[in-house]
Amino acid sequence: MKKHIITALVENNPGVLARLVGLIAGRGYNIETLNVGPTGDPTVSRMTMQVPGDNRVLEQVTKQLAKLVDVIEVTDLTSTPHFNQECLLIKLTSTQEQHEEIMSLAKRFGGNVLAAQPDAVIVQLTGDARHITDFLALLAPYKVMDFSRSGIIAMAKGGRS
Amino acid sequence: MRTGADIIIEGLLRGGVKTLFGLPGGQVLDIFDKLAKAPLEFFLARHEQGATHMADGYARATGRAGACLVTSGPGATNAVTGLATANMDGSPMVCISGQVPSPLIGNDAFQEADTAGITRAVTKHNYLVKRVEDLPRVMVEAFEIATTGKPGPVLVDVPKDIQQARCDEPFPSKMSRRGYRPDNEPDVQDIERLAKAIAAARRPMFLVGGGVVGGDASAEFAAVAIKSGVPVASTLMGLGAFPGSEPLALGMMGMHGTVAANRAASVCDLIVSVGARFDDRVTGKVSTFAPHAKKGHIDIDPSAIGKTVLVDFPVVGHVKIVLRKLLEAVEPVARPEWLAQVTDWKTNSPPTYDRASRELLPQYVIEQIAAVTHGDATIVTDVGQHQMWAAHYYPYSKPRSFITSGGLGTMGFGLPAAIGVKAARRDQPVVLVSGDGSIQMNFQELVVAVEHDLPVVVVILNNGYLGLVRQWQEMLYKEEYSGVRLGRDARHNNERIPAKVQTPGPYRPDFVKLADAHGALGLRVTGRDEVAPALDKALSCGRPAVIECMVRPTENVYPFVPPGKALGELIQGLI
Repeated sequence: MKKHIITALVENNPGVLARLVGLIAGRGYNIETLNVGPTGDPTVSRMTMQVPGDNRVLEQVTKQLAKLVDVIEVTDLTSTPHFNQECLLIKLTSTQEQHEEIMSLAKRFGGNVLAAQPDAVIVQLTGDARHITDFLALLAPYKVMDFSRSGIIAMAKGGRS
Repeated sequence: MRTGADIIIEGLLRGGVKTLFGLPGGQVLDIFDKLAKAPLEFFLARHEQGATHMADGYARATGRAGACLVTSGPGATNAVTGLATANMDGSPMVCISGQVPSPLIGNDAFQEADTAGITRAVTKHNYLVKRVEDLPRVMVEAFEIATTGKPGPVLVDVPKDIQQARCDEPFPSKMSRRGYRPDNEPDVQDIERLAKAIAAARRPMFLVGGGVVGGDASAEFAAVAIKSGVPVASTLMGLGAFPGSEPLALGMMGMHGTVAANRAASVCDLIVSVGARFDDRVTGKVSTFAPHAKKGHIDIDPSAIGKTVLVDFPVVGHVKIVLRKLLEAVEPVARPEWLAQVTDWKTNSPPTYDRASRELLPQYVIEQIAAVTHGDATIVTDVGQHQMWAAHYYPYSKPRSFITSGGLGTMGFGLPAAIGVKAARRDQPVVLVSGDGSIQMNFQELVVAVEHDLPVVVVILNNGYLGLVRQWQEMLYKEEYSGVRLGRDARHNNERIPAKVQTPGPYRPDFVKLADAHGALGLRVTGRDEVAPALDKALSCGRPAVIECMVRPTENVYPFVPPGKALGELIQGLI
């Protein structure tokens, strides 16, 4: 099943998230990632969701989201050229000598080491899903203590909003 | 400064409400306190579900938002079925619910329920009002959202402290919400494309739905159908949108559709839905629906287009505006062979029953209602076999003359809805056609009709069964009857019906006594000759009346397209 990236501008009201998520969950679809954040306008929030599903069904879901009174605009970016980015935070158990390896790996991927303690390092990395998956594959030899991904945010390329 | 309760009353009045249905409770006492002096007629329902169906019936009769008022917790949860019913059929409604005081929300307080959460999926929109300053705006928005675009129910949940709080916030003159744009201006090119497709089609047909009734576009629709010479099938919700007496009218399409409508759908080369959403009860098996046809679809709701059926000629917009433009664009085209074909089906295979039977048959009762009321009554129904017979055997000539729960199929809708209809149309006959199963779901509301002097006529087609379920068990579950027997010995519920079903013995409850106990006239009819006199008596007695008709227990609804089958695979029953 194709993963759809649905992005919506919504009123910054209580209950809006529940309305959108409820509409999707009520149809039996799983939201794989979800990101909610402020925009330049304090009354408006931006939501970005990744939902795997059949094209026709997701078209329906998008239309029904658009019907919600609290939804100002909704776009399925899947078939539009777009950028998507995600942030990863990962805490690894590491000995002093592994610190070096991890730091150079992070540097190669454009990530940052946020903290290096005697027995652990915390790495932050931003990139598209592929970039993050590749990085994680190389971390396989290390023991992961904690792990968090932000879920993707996305933006259409070119002049359209 | 006025209180939140004052604002709610003023908001209702500004919304055009003259009649309010509801039931009080601890968390709406402040509103009821103000209601006592408000210029509103209040109907005290006996169950909140009844209150919501009354408001819904009122809305369907008038086209204006029906209004109801219920308390928190169980009051609100009881209203859920009524909200869902209105939501499925696009009926405008504003429901005010009380909520526990703001500081107690989330504490499992007495009679607390997360009403906004529970009703989110069964309303067009809902609100939990957290600040009294928001109330004027919320009340304006509630009516605007309920009545514009595809209409629907809006719930406003108001905590008790907000009802008591004071503020001077004025009512906005109109709603302004950037996320709500109900008026899609139809695309002229879409309309032209559709008009060309109609002109080019050799075997076109229209499917008219509830959107034409709700959109007050019956006259515009008839003009288009007649000018273009295209035959018209109807959904259940569309009955009355196009006069049944018109030569082009084919009757209802779908699971219990007519031979003419269903055969036409099977062979047509263009089917244009006008305010109908291709519901599964209309299409039958979707992959074989109108297999030779291009599809056109006029709907105000963009999400209705392409939902179940892929559409070649979509037009999004208010049906009345679209039809006015379509009328200019369509051409009269003569299609003598096609019209001869559909007329042949219509004339030679109408819905029929054993007219020679000496038993009292339910279809005969409906025909008698039509004869006695000259087809001028508003017919309200419950849900089941009686609903389908009422759809087939009464000639609906006007929009809003057939009021039924189509989408949700809510048994128990009928009696409270009929009270709501009669409250809006006191000078016109209102006949509820119900079954012995459905009527027992909200019988308690009969007393409201008595109290308010609303002489509705309730016709119970008593067949001693949950008849439509019994029919499915007979036809689809090898006659394994289970849990469908009513009124007689409940121990028989898992036994087969004896080969020869005798006239049932003493039926429980005794509906005649029950009617009498509520202060209504109760009559029982067992023979054909008694039907018309009983109807005359009930219609002229000046008070609510219940006529219990003891009909043949095993009569089935035909035609019948078994679920999962194509419309062409209909079982015609008696031919």
